[in-house]
Amino acid sequence: MDDPLVIAGREFGSRLITGTGGATNLSVLERALLASGTELTTVAMRRADAAGGPGVLDLLGRLGIEPLPNTAGCRTAAEAVLTARLAREALGTSWVKLEVVADEDTLLPDPVELLDGAEQLVDDGFTVLAYTNDDPVLARKLEDTGCAAVMPLGSPIGTGLGIRNPHNIEMIVARAGVPIVLDAGIGTASDAALAMELGCDAVLLATAVTRAQDPERMAAAMRAAVDAGRLARGAGRIPQRFWAQASSPDPD
Amino acid sequence: MHVVINGQQRAIAEGGTLADALADYGVADKGVAVALDGAVVPRATWPATELRPGAVIEVLTAVQGG
Repeated sequence: MDDPLVIAGREFGSRLITGTGGATNLSVLERALLASGTELTTVAMRRADAAGGPGVLDLLGRLGIEPLPNTAGCRTAAEAVLTARLAREALGTSWVKLEVVADEDTLLPDPVELLDGAEQLVDDGFTVLAYTNDDPVLARKLEDTGCAAVMPLGSPIGTGLGIRNPHNIEMIVARAGVPIVLDAGIGTASDAALAMELGCDAVLLATAVTRAQDPERMAAAMRAAVDAGRLARGAGRIPQRFWAQASSPDPD
Repeated sequence: MHVVINGQQRAIAEGGTLADALADYGVADKGVAVALDGAVVPRATWPATELRPGAVIEVLTAVQGG
């Protein structure tokens, strides 16, 4: 691990965090997770019906992938805090992806409830990875609250619209003291590469892989894109120029 | 008396505990968590937790998502 992602003191060799939602079945999901190389993957908390088994947790356990419970579906800080506490009890992890959305049309984070929930969970000892708007002011406030990672969206969940405001992401990265994870909106590999080129520390995606025609192949593409974007960021790109600049010597 | 587990009304014996109600409902040995009237109850304290009529119990587990 020569360039690990470090969140709350914990190292990850992969900078691709995946979700498990949207996969048509567990065997498709398994192949996609393996192809992605991910070490951290989100799960949701829902009612356990009397008959149901813990299929997805068993799968992640078998693959050695750490589950990251989310608070998807929560609309208020209070709901999110309860869901996080239930996840901690059920999964034995104090890590949580905090997600508090405002409405069904946009699934955009509710900034007021998000910040309130983050404060409560940090106070309760959680390692909070906060899913947030691409707002540099809110990102800073979440970091100041004690979030272990700040995860701005590229565009709304599930849209595949990519990164709609790259400059905001750059501003968030420029003054961040915790890892920035581009979360939501990724459609294809170039979006993931761009996130890393903008300086994000990792990418979190689900739908772009699980609902692709070939999830396993798209997972491999995302893995390569995250690696390529990270390399390019570190390599230092050339400045953009208005006029051409010859790369061959002048004719004799 | 009746309690509500995951939105379903269920009859349990008078003075029954959370452990009794959950054994009757059927919960997995691991990977689940329980909230009683909006607060988490750790598994170790289920047997000592008495239920009142109309208690609202939520049993959650991890599913595909996010």
